[in-house]
Amino acid sequence: MSASVLFDAQGPRGRALSVAGNIAAAVAIVAGLGWVAVALYDKGQFESTLWENAVSAEAWQYYYLPGLQNTLRSAAFATVGAVLFGLVLGVGRLAHNRVVRWVSGVVVEFFRAVPVLLMMIFFYMFFSAQAQWIADRPFAAVVLALVLYNGSVIAELVRAGVGNLPKGQGEAGLAIGLTPSQTLRSIQLPQALVAMLPAMVSQLVVVLKDSALGQIILYSELLRSAQILSSKEQNPLQTLAVVAVVFIVINWMLTTVAHRLAKLLSGRTAGSTAEGPGIGNPTIVPGGPVGGGAGPGAGAGAAV
Amino acid sequence: MDDFFSGFAELFAQYDVLAAFWVNIQLTFWAALLSLVLGTVLALMRISPIASLQWAGTAYVTIFRNTPLTIILTFMYLVVFSQLGITLTDDLNSTFFWFAVIGLSVYHAAFVCEAIRSGVNTVPVGQAEAARAIGLSFLPAARLVILPQAFRGAIAPLGNTLIALLKNSTVAVAASVATETSSLMRTMIEFRPDLMVAIFLLFAVGYVILVIPIGLGTTWLSQRLAVKR
Amino acid sequence: MRKHTMGLLAMAAASTLALSACGGGEVGEPTGGDDTAAGGGDTIRIGIKYDQPGLGLQEGDTFTGFDTDVARYVADKLGYSEDQIEFVETISANRETALQNGDVDMIFATYSINDDRKELIDFAGPYFVAGQDLLVAADNTDITGPETLEGKKLCSVTGSTSAENIKTQYSEGVQLVERGGYAECATALASGAVDAVTTDDIILAGLAATEENAGKFKVVGAPFSEERYGVGLPKGSDQCEDINAAITEMIEDGTWDELVAANTEGADYTPNADLNPPTPDACA
Repeated sequence: MSASVLFDAQGPRGRALSVAGNIAAAVAIVAGLGWVAVALYDKGQFESTLWENAVSAEAWQYYYLPGLQNTLRSAAFATVGAVLFGLVLGVGRLAHNRVVRWVSGVVVEFFRAVPVLLMMIFFYMFFSAQAQWIADRPFAAVVLALVLYNGSVIAELVRAGVGNLPKGQGEAGLAIGLTPSQTLRSIQLPQALVAMLPAMVSQLVVVLKDSALGQIILYSELLRSAQILSSKEQNPLQTLAVVAVVFIVINWMLTTVAHRLAKLLSGRTAGSTAEGPGIGNPTIVPGGPVGGGAGPGAGAGAAV
Repeated sequence: MDDFFSGFAELFAQYDVLAAFWVNIQLTFWAALLSLVLGTVLALMRISPIASLQWAGTAYVTIFRNTPLTIILTFMYLVVFSQLGITLTDDLNSTFFWFAVIGLSVYHAAFVCEAIRSGVNTVPVGQAEAARAIGLSFLPAARLVILPQAFRGAIAPLGNTLIALLKNSTVAVAASVATETSSLMRTMIEFRPDLMVAIFLLFAVGYVILVIPIGLGTTWLSQRLAVKR
Repeated sequence: MRKHTMGLLAMAAASTLALSACGGGEVGEPTGGDDTAAGGGDTIRIGIKYDQPGLGLQEGDTFTGFDTDVARYVADKLGYSEDQIEFVETISANRETALQNGDVDMIFATYSINDDRKELIDFAGPYFVAGQDLLVAADNTDITGPETLEGKKLCSVTGSTSAENIKTQYSEGVQLVERGGYAECATALASGAVDAVTTDDIILAGLAATEENAGKFKVVGAPFSEERYGVGLPKGSDQCEDINAAITEMIEDGTWDELVAANTEGADYTPNADLNPPTPDACA
């Protein structure tokens, strides 16, 4: 909703106040940033060689791009693994067999509660001690930790997606003579998956961001390769700034895709599409929008 | 089995696991408070009448929710500590603790903002119209009518953000907080690699014990406080 | 609808295949071959550090530093030409595992010889004796050794015990900062946020000798430990004697002096002359 019901269009006095407020705020922000800039300048952090070395062709060719490739590789493997793991667990939580349901529930709740960093550190140390046949142990630890956590989140998405479908969908399936599991498989799951697709794309942002934790176990992802570059050029601040921009651009594009997808798919399913918050576990909140101010997250119907 | 228990007794005598969890809980507590305040302000900015405020709020959320937390916390060290030379106290450990709190707050405020906005979305348009009809301008309408309902509607996503914050407090190690759980787990595993799995399970179960009450509590609260419509 | 589910599953499966086909990027590894059998093949895999200027540092597609230069010299004497060497990153925590697994044939990576490690692997050398020391700002005069750090801020790398040692043995009131890399310590030292950086003296010298840091820092020069850098070899290796012979030759023909000087140039550093150049230990 662009014209919010919360306020009228501003009159001359309101507009004047806004302009004055804007100028004051802009001055304050510029002054704050300026102070930081001057302080950094005093410490010599704007010396051109530091920045040139952080964005040179060599830096991209030998450090950022191979690092980014590893980041994307771990994220891609983790995403595929998490979707498979999540589907299995999600279906498990909807199963008729009580034991299967209970076990799936315990697994999901456990891996949603354990910090990803703890899992990464543990798997890395565990593989180094017990599974030395794995050639790239940091990679395996990063991917496994991401699969377990994000798979559990996706399992919940699947469950919520099925739960959010109108009851009639399941009843209709049973009425035409399908068994409950056939109904789940051929009627409810496909619609739930479509409804959850935007949230899964948002989850990709979580995967990408969390893959940066791999630096702590020295997986040669983007952040780690920037660290190696900064050992050579002694410019950790500058290389980190470059890496931050790369992450923001990629994740911002993914968030935008999730947002578009949510709008596009809302007509394709009986459930409501959700985008996911890019953190923690997405929840589905029904209701109509009141506030104005569009942007990623201001989704159709239910955006968290 | 005796070896196992005596090994654990030795570990507990040597390392204070509860103290490490206490560090993470404190990080979470202060960062939750700060990010709630900051996130509410951001949410207000994003639904406010002033275009530049909306823009600033959106820009903040777009930047910070797309940046890995590791990078934000490393910036706290590289920029705020190393270059700006800010030390909050004489004691480096508590300085790094508060830097980590600020870094965690700055990051999670973006998600708190989105959670509150999703809460605002649960408020029916009629409520806002009614508030306007009785002559309330933006801030009073937000304060008296919209936000109280929005917070109730936002409890579930806020709870999820709180859980994420608790787990993310382990990343404080990137801001040089060396006393929190992930560092301690690493040290303990290096000390007794033979008890590796048990040590991991100890920490993992610790987090399960902390997270599940938050999840149950917020679900209960959000149902109890849900605005009946 | 059934088709739909199957389609999604097929997509997932197909993408798995596509992913495993494309493989990964190895940071700074121009020779991407993994067709080498460990030990005595056409090429030799040597484990080094990638992030220590002056010792083992990735510079674009090549590697520089004292460790890598010694490795090249020794490999040459063992009959491997420069392009038969494949450098692999071995981080501190992983060095024994890498040797036991055959991930690498030998390791030149600031690898101190000690008894715990000798139980797992063999060592040739030492080829250098370093000592824990302090790096301070060039104009600093009040830090002269580990006892003078009371109340000072000291930076070291995560997981290294060197900073803990100072706290327990010399200055109880020292405040420790742990970071992931020495560059992060060096910028804090340059700006005055920390007072000193600690680790082995030659690593500090390498840090001080980088282009960006030239003239900013000095190594205090009062080493207070003895770190004998050896060549890590798999247990039971038969190459120890040959490597020791190569190291002895390197020291006698003057190459050792040249390499130390070249890799610490600009840092005003000379290795501890009482212990350097070392004589290799007898092989096990």
